[in-house]
Amino acid sequence: MNAQTERAERAGQPLLEVEGLRQHFRMSRHYTVKAVDDVSFTIHRGEIFGLVGESGSGKSTTGRSIIRLYTPTAGRIRFCGQDVSGRLTAQQTLLLRTRMQMIFQDPIASLNPREKVIDIIAEGIDIHHMYESRAQRRDMVLAMLRKVGLAPEHADRYPHQLSGGQRQRVGIARALIMKPDLIIADEAISALDVSIQAQVVNLLKQIQQETGCAILFIAHDLSMVRYISDTIGVLHLGHLVELGTTQDVFEHAVHPYTRALLSAIPRPNPLLERDRPIESYDCRAAGVDYTKGTLHHLSDTHLLLATDEERDRWTRGA
Amino acid sequence: MTTQERETILRISDLSISFNTFAGRVNAIRGVDLTLHRGETLAIVGESGSGKSVTVKSILGIRSSNERVDHGSIEFSYRDESGQPVTRDLLKMSDKQLQRQIRGKHIALVFQDPMTSLNPTMTIGAQIMEGVRRKKGVSRQAARARSLELLELVGIPDAAARYGHYPHQLSGGMRQRVVIAIALACDPDLLICDEPTTALDVTVQAKILDLIKDIQRKTGLTVIYITHDLGVVARVADTVAVMYAGKLVERGTVQDIFYRPAHPYTWGLLLSVPDMDDPQAKLYTIPGSPPNLLKPVTGDAFAPRNEYALAIDSQREPPMFQITPEHAAATWLLCPGAPDVPMPAALQRRIEHMLKEVQA
Amino acid sequence: MDKQELRLTPEEARLTGLSREEYTDSNFAGHSYLHEILITLFSNRATAISLACIAVIVLMAIFAPILSPYSYREVHSEATNLPMRIPGLEKLGIFDGTRAGVDQYERHGVPDEYHYFGTDNLGRDIWTRVWTGTRISLLIALLAVALDVLIGVTYGMIAGFFGGRADLIMQRVIEVLTGIPNLIIMMLLLLVMEPGIPTICLALAITGWVNMSRIVRAQVLRIKGSEYVLASRTLGSPAMRIILRKILPNTMGQIIITFMFSVPNAIFFEAFLAFIGLGVPIPMASLGTLINDGYKSAMLYPYQVLLPAAVLSVLMLSFNLLGDGLRDAIDPQMRSM
Repeated sequence: MNAQTERAERAGQPLLEVEGLRQHFRMSRHYTVKAVDDVSFTIHRGEIFGLVGESGSGKSTTGRSIIRLYTPTAGRIRFCGQDVSGRLTAQQTLLLRTRMQMIFQDPIASLNPREKVIDIIAEGIDIHHMYESRAQRRDMVLAMLRKVGLAPEHADRYPHQLSGGQRQRVGIARALIMKPDLIIADEAISALDVSIQAQVVNLLKQIQQETGCAILFIAHDLSMVRYISDTIGVLHLGHLVELGTTQDVFEHAVHPYTRALLSAIPRPNPLLERDRPIESYDCRAAGVDYTKGTLHHLSDTHLLLATDEERDRWTRGA
Repeated sequence: MTTQERETILRISDLSISFNTFAGRVNAIRGVDLTLHRGETLAIVGESGSGKSVTVKSILGIRSSNERVDHGSIEFSYRDESGQPVTRDLLKMSDKQLQRQIRGKHIALVFQDPMTSLNPTMTIGAQIMEGVRRKKGVSRQAARARSLELLELVGIPDAAARYGHYPHQLSGGMRQRVVIAIALACDPDLLICDEPTTALDVTVQAKILDLIKDIQRKTGLTVIYITHDLGVVARVADTVAVMYAGKLVERGTVQDIFYRPAHPYTWGLLLSVPDMDDPQAKLYTIPGSPPNLLKPVTGDAFAPRNEYALAIDSQREPPMFQITPEHAAATWLLCPGAPDVPMPAALQRRIEHMLKEVQA
Repeated sequence: MDKQELRLTPEEARLTGLSREEYTDSNFAGHSYLHEILITLFSNRATAISLACIAVIVLMAIFAPILSPYSYREVHSEATNLPMRIPGLEKLGIFDGTRAGVDQYERHGVPDEYHYFGTDNLGRDIWTRVWTGTRISLLIALLAVALDVLIGVTYGMIAGFFGGRADLIMQRVIEVLTGIPNLIIMMLLLLVMEPGIPTICLALAITGWVNMSRIVRAQVLRIKGSEYVLASRTLGSPAMRIILRKILPNTMGQIIITFMFSVPNAIFFEAFLAFIGLGVPIPMASLGTLINDGYKSAMLYPYQVLLPAAVLSVLMLSFNLLGDGLRDAIDPQMRSM
């Protein structure tokens, strides 16, 4: 197969397909935490997919299962056409560890305090022997530093000699040097200050445009998710309750949980914000059982987890 | 003028605090002036390291061992046990005096993480009771009744049943309600909330904020919020103080700050929040990162990150320029003779849009 | 401030905008771990003093026996139980070699000799014996603790990193080992094997590593879950690389602290073994055997037991204080800035 047909084929199929992913953690004989319960979505090449939800909704777990920090309990994950959810062959492992990368939440905790920035960024190319000489290694790292907006002299510093925003840029450079097809950004901005958050989000967006990689952007801050994402999935209690384009979710939200989340975003407009009522939602009080619902297509792009009756009720309200 | 009529509860003047660290002295607070009136809600906004937490912790005399107050005063007005109005400089009081007379009784604090401020081995009822009984001459029965009342006040359903629960049996939002109930146990005059909702989910956050607002309406409580979330500020604050690198850079009413901001840093902060109404607009960023206060600051600390910096910014620190009696900002742009620099067009558009939305 | 005065000159009011250079920032550039650790370490007076004490004792242990005119095993049957005599101080009337007003040195026919710490009941120079003993005690302690570190770190790393069943079994082994009183293990070992420095080291190390392995295991468990190890795993790091590059360097601080606390423990245990008669064979001396010997005539010649006991006490106290100081300096909780 020549490269051209391969590329054509790859363009047609989604980059990542998650089907019925379940990630359960057995805490004791009688108690199992169902962190992720039957979640399905697809990410196309070059897409930014926002995954939102509260703490404990399973959004971080989903990201970690996809990159195989956990072994999924059930479900199928296809990445670049390969099934990466079961036992991995050496070739699949290599695919996963190079073409898929992760950016972590805490810029302090995600960098080894005993390594210099250059060694942190070069870790991936060290492991997979992706350079010929020390000089080439350094050049590759310096190019990455430039790309994420750091100066060459940062290469020889230790993480604690950088500010919070700079540390997160190092984390991004470490992922980027592998030229990944998919970057999983797990709450990559929530530990940063407001003005720094904007810097990092702009950087991610710019990287996506330059390299054409896809990003799975996991966050709880909906305003940032809206700003960066093409597609948004809303997770609640381990279930994907609503999925759609940014417009679908933000302007035509149907699921009461999504609506509650949206209405809870505080807006920086005091005259309006003061007495704006906030929709509340409690799935137990509302008698909603997610395991009973099925995915309904509201449009080509907009999906909703609900029973038939719920769908009728909620769409009428919207 | 209304300012004179209102009763001042707290006046911080020229507060300056430094820390001794391995690397040298960090001048964390560099001359802060603030006045707070009874019943008002003040929000202190700033990034980490701006000194917002240090400022309010010094009100309660909570200091780390390497911390030193260089100068300044914090005058707090309250009524003592006999009902006489008194005004005392909290910085001059010893830790013991503060503990006996001020903390909990007149000024209470709510921390960011409810789990760290609750005792995991005591029932929530016992913890609230402990607070209530700090006031002398309260019988056990009365204290219990008051504790139940407090639990109801902070919106905990089925208070009597929850009374014997331990903190770990409650959700994050419920825990924070308990922390607020404990803070309110002695009917304080001033409640300080240090990022009270950062550790909570968005849907819970709004409820907690509304709860505090509601209690304020009922009891006339004065509240100081420390936060970096401008949405929270918009929802709760009457007046806002913006801090940067240990200094107040702008203060004013909430409308001054959101609709008529004057300091370039405030412009940047407002613009770095994505616009919910215009998601396509490019997110503005303040370049660089906050200064390292280990090095002495010459001129305006914000100047290196300021697109609108003037030549004088690198030499002299700007004083507070009064715009209206309530609105002031520390930027040379307001000085006579400065070039006329309007706020960024994007911000102007956004504010116009916000005002239109309000009218609609 | 006088508001009238404030009016910007056109030069002052020039719009300069951002200076890109400045914010590439040298903000945090100057920090260094080692520097901070050393500063905290020496700003603690107790630590500084204890470090000085250890240095002095180690230097004495190395050089005093070499420079001394006497050997630790040389028996002088004519000059037994001589009191302390130190040149210079004798003119002040103390340590002048007299006991009950009688110059013992004259009496034993050695008027020109100076035994700084006196002699023991065989006429051996105690000064030389104390420092030779210190040398041997330190040697045994260091060897034993080095064995602790070697076994303990390896064991703890394996148990903590691989976890699961391996960890389960390894923890049970430790429980069994700690379940038997270690004094019994030591005594049995010393009875079976030939007495000497290697045997004593082995006896001390045979249970001493347990503590180290526990601490290392706890550290590994903590670091294993940290985001930088997860990041390394998502890059496909093999286990060995994670252990050597991520976990070991970050455990080093704890290992050093534990090491510092183990040394005085080992010194004490060695002394204890010697005191109950399981020490280094005669005529070798360790602090423990010296105390054991001196103790027999403690009522008559108290300096014979007090001097080695003093060295032992100072040594142990110093190591403990140094360990404390190191913990304060290395503990990340203290380094919030």
